[in-house]
Amino acid sequence: MGAFELICPAGTLASLKAAVDAGADSVYCGFRDETNARNFPGLNFSRAEMRQGVEYAHARGKKVFLAANTYAAAGRFAPWKAAVDDAAAIGLDAVILADIGVLDYAAGRHDGLGLHLSVQASASNPDAIRFYQEAFGIRRVVLPRVLTTADIARLNQEVSIETEVFVFGGMCPMAEGRCALSSYVTGLSPNSQGVCSPAEHVRYEERGTQMVSRLGGYTINVFEKDEPAGYPTLCKGRFVARGKTSYLFEEPTSLNAIGMLPELKAAGVVALKIEGRQRGRAYIQQVVSAHRAAIDAFGAGRAVASDRLGAVTEGGRETTGAYTKAWR
Amino acid sequence: MSKLSYGPVLFNWSPETWRDAHFRIADEAPIDSVQLGEIVCSKRAPFLAPHLPAVIERLQAAGKEVILASPALVTTERERQAVRELIESADLPIEANDIGALPHLAGRPHMVGPLVNVYNEQALAWMAKRGATRVTLPAEIAGPAIATIAAAAQALSVEVEVQVFGRLPLAISARCYHARALGLHKDGCQFVCGQDADGMEVTTLDGEAFLAVNGTQTLSQSYHALLPELGALTGAGVTRFRLWPHACDMVAVARLFRDVLDGHAEPGPALETLRGLLGGAELANGYYHGKQGVAFAAE
Repeated sequence: MGAFELICPAGTLASLKAAVDAGADSVYCGFRDETNARNFPGLNFSRAEMRQGVEYAHARGKKVFLAANTYAAAGRFAPWKAAVDDAAAIGLDAVILADIGVLDYAAGRHDGLGLHLSVQASASNPDAIRFYQEAFGIRRVVLPRVLTTADIARLNQEVSIETEVFVFGGMCPMAEGRCALSSYVTGLSPNSQGVCSPAEHVRYEERGTQMVSRLGGYTINVFEKDEPAGYPTLCKGRFVARGKTSYLFEEPTSLNAIGMLPELKAAGVVALKIEGRQRGRAYIQQVVSAHRAAIDAFGAGRAVASDRLGAVTEGGRETTGAYTKAWR
Repeated sequence: MSKLSYGPVLFNWSPETWRDAHFRIADEAPIDSVQLGEIVCSKRAPFLAPHLPAVIERLQAAGKEVILASPALVTTERERQAVRELIESADLPIEANDIGALPHLAGRPHMVGPLVNVYNEQALAWMAKRGATRVTLPAEIAGPAIATIAAAAQALSVEVEVQVFGRLPLAISARCYHARALGLHKDGCQFVCGQDADGMEVTTLDGEAFLAVNGTQTLSQSYHALLPELGALTGAGVTRFRLWPHACDMVAVARLFRDVLDGHAEPGPALETLRGLLGGAELANGYYHGKQGVAFAAE
């Protein structure tokens, strides 16, 4: 491991292998059900695939984490319980959890199974983090994408567990785990079903020379024919307020903080996470190897090339999100 | 007997408007408990502070239970300090709206607000063990799940509260969308959120009503309204119902909900009365019925 632990997404066994081969220190993935926040059709791992993935990674000295980071449904705890138990039985290195009920179940039950607090738990201050640490013995927190690097640095002075932050990929402008925009128009949410703006509620309609993208029957954006019609994630749509049309919440853009490694290091961040379990193997290979190279360059005191990923950012646009003070 | 709760006010009302709204609730509304405090934006909090003692006194004199609500998203040191001070100095019960408030409340009876994620009976039991006496459920939980949680709550002697009226708080951010929409920075926002008493209406490009922005918070534009559902909720063991404050006649809204709960009004006509009180605004109840939140499903 280099200057940072590099945590990479995998939605399939092929992607997991690609991530390990491209230089991931750890890979995170989910079981094929509602227990994880990327519960998309055709994605995620059966128990057998997970076993193979863990074998592949462990044979190469790499770790695998299970994301079981949705909120358990009332009266239906079994899938979340099974996810935690099976993660331990298969030998995953950690489970990434958000729900207090699931954390309470997992805490201290399986030796060797680390608990990481998911970004979906929205622990945005040292008091919240200490609460999860004392209550459930979490080893690491994935910080919400609402903090500046200065906030993170201050937080790390007070927090004794490891902090992990998102460095690349899709990003929520809202506090994660506290957003019901998707379920408001589709009935399905990240917290409950593990999906946001799900594809089965998406429609593209031609309207004269324009293409309209809709989610749950609501128009999220309108594109001219020669424009690429982006995916209608609700918070990345164009809306009208006070008579003015704008990307009110966030432009269609990807987080890219690869140029901020010095600031993140100084802020005490231990692990860098790439978003995108829904992405294909080629994407994973490209993004992971670029980050491996950047972290290695940074660790060796060389310049970090930050321009290798423009082609794979959403709409070709990138942002440093809340890390810089731009949101203030 | 089932009870009605009011607040906290989510919007940036002028301090006098805020004070007078609470005075009127104290004097006229069949409300049992009132949550007070600025939970959306820490920049607004200082404006309410001077009026807080008088409002608390008036509400208590009217026999209302007064609860102080903690902020929803705490990121800066100043915001953290404010939470600590709120809890340490208060001799009133606290409603936690961020997990970060809980360590300060350990072993002390408190409420858990609707912006803390309690989705199941396991999380509820855990909160109860730590001293929670009342838990208000998140908006997106459907009727059957509410019933499961409420049944568990009875065995734990915890009260379950459900949101039954108002634009629903759907999301919170570190970014201020009011400022962003008007081309301002959050730090120099000129408190433009104060211009929209019920939030800034957001429509789609097709002109369809959609969301409402309240500074860093995003709400539904439709008004969540559970009136025909009150009977089933009460039957399931839900004992308290939250009304989110709006600029409309909230005393009339509270009376309407009280009348339906007491069997003095039929839910169907009450819905029409409610729509009238809101100037014909769209109503929604989809979450309760397991549909998209914006849906308005007939029972």
